[in-house]
Amino acid sequence: MEQGIIKLKREPKIISSYSVVGNKEHSGPLGELFDEYCQDDKFGKDSWEKSESEMQRRALCGAIKKSGLIDTELDVLLAGDLLNQCVGSNYSITNFDIPYLGLYGACSTCAEGLAIGACLYSGGIINSCGVMTSSHYCSSERQFRFPLEYGGQRTPTAQWTATGAGAFILGDEGRIKISEALFGKAIDKGISDVNNMGAAMAPAAIDTIKRYFLQSNHSPEDFDLIITGDLGYEGSEILKDLLLGYGVDIRKNHTDCGLMLFDRERQDVHAGASGCGCSAVVMSADIIPNLEKGVLKDVLFIGTGALMSPMSLYQGGTIPAVAHLVRLRSE
Amino acid sequence: MNEKEYSEYVQGRAKKSPILKNCAFAFLFGGLICTIGQALNDLYTYFGFEKEISGTLVSITLIFIACLLTGIGVFDNIAKIAGAGTLVPITGFANAVASQAVDTKSEGYIMGVGAKIFTIAGPVILYATLSGAIYGVIYYIITLIGG
Repeated sequence: MEQGIIKLKREPKIISSYSVVGNKEHSGPLGELFDEYCQDDKFGKDSWEKSESEMQRRALCGAIKKSGLIDTELDVLLAGDLLNQCVGSNYSITNFDIPYLGLYGACSTCAEGLAIGACLYSGGIINSCGVMTSSHYCSSERQFRFPLEYGGQRTPTAQWTATGAGAFILGDEGRIKISEALFGKAIDKGISDVNNMGAAMAPAAIDTIKRYFLQSNHSPEDFDLIITGDLGYEGSEILKDLLLGYGVDIRKNHTDCGLMLFDRERQDVHAGASGCGCSAVVMSADIIPNLEKGVLKDVLFIGTGALMSPMSLYQGGTIPAVAHLVRLRSE
Repeated sequence: MNEKEYSEYVQGRAKKSPILKNCAFAFLFGGLICTIGQALNDLYTYFGFEKEISGTLVSITLIFIACLLTGIGVFDNIAKIAGAGTLVPITGFANAVASQAVDTKSEGYIMGVGAKIFTIAGPVILYATLSGAIYGVIYYIITLIGG
């Protein structure tokens, strides 16, 4: 079917994954599950942008090590982040000997990378690949909002950019397979409030999820979990509410990576977490291990990204968003 | 649902900032800063400075405290609660400049700190000067007419 669900004939397995986070993330509800964390978020570097690259380097190193492969055995690396020109990834990958494709999908980058990697694998073009993404609270804040020490107040719908990097290795071995992918369309519903990204991204998630259930024979109950990343509280509520209007009820088994990473009340993060790193580390530290253990068997992961730039915001532009879907199953 | 309907739906359901609470804290913190200012003023006058010099010294002291608190990473934690209470007095302006200076240091002293230090405070400086000039012209015309 045109623009339809891509059913992967040759299904890639997730061989390994690795997560590296900052201190606030480590103090959150998933704290103990992350592979590595840094107390001061600097990762031994003298600028926040370099810290983000270092975080990525550690994540990919960890994932490759866990997979039992070496970097030259990977056919391609799909990576991206939030920084201008994706410099977070551009610098971190110079430490590895892997062909590199840069991605920009904002917070959807993790799902986008997994979907593209899975398609390349399924088409027989590659036999293995790495997928990596990150975000750093400090580098994002200064690029998109205000200086770190600026004394301002956040609105209740604002989300907190996660400091974290996640890396995944796809290939032949492993219990978790990617069986389907559905690429999202860029949707702009006219939201321009950068402090309500959930509302800007929810329509994209609605479109992708609606298309998925319209085209597949599945209903939401067929899945153990439908996880979006990262709509936060506001976006998740909008998603569930409006999907109901289309006859798709995901209220029972939906959760959002942005709601899992932090304790919203205790850690004062308002509507929850956001940033490429959020869904990457939540998937890597929580969802993937649960798929491996068989606690979860069939999961829909929908990565949502807000595709604005600081320039487009200054010009009063609205925020387009995109949501990519991958279906993860454990054998 | 078209864009307008969606926008209304989103605004209708979004939790609003706690305005009453924010106003109360802004009042308390703003008042506290002004009281500190007055106390400093009295102190400087007590040490024998003239009234005008004392006023300038108060501003300098408050700017220094705000910059210091920004530099050691405390100001934003206070401002999160105080809101307009720390933003509106001279402390907010000092923070806007100092926080930008701290942030842009990684790009060097020329293209970083030098070029970007007034990114946030710049509009205030420009339009304050401009409105001051316009006010001056209006005042001049009024005095001409009024004799």
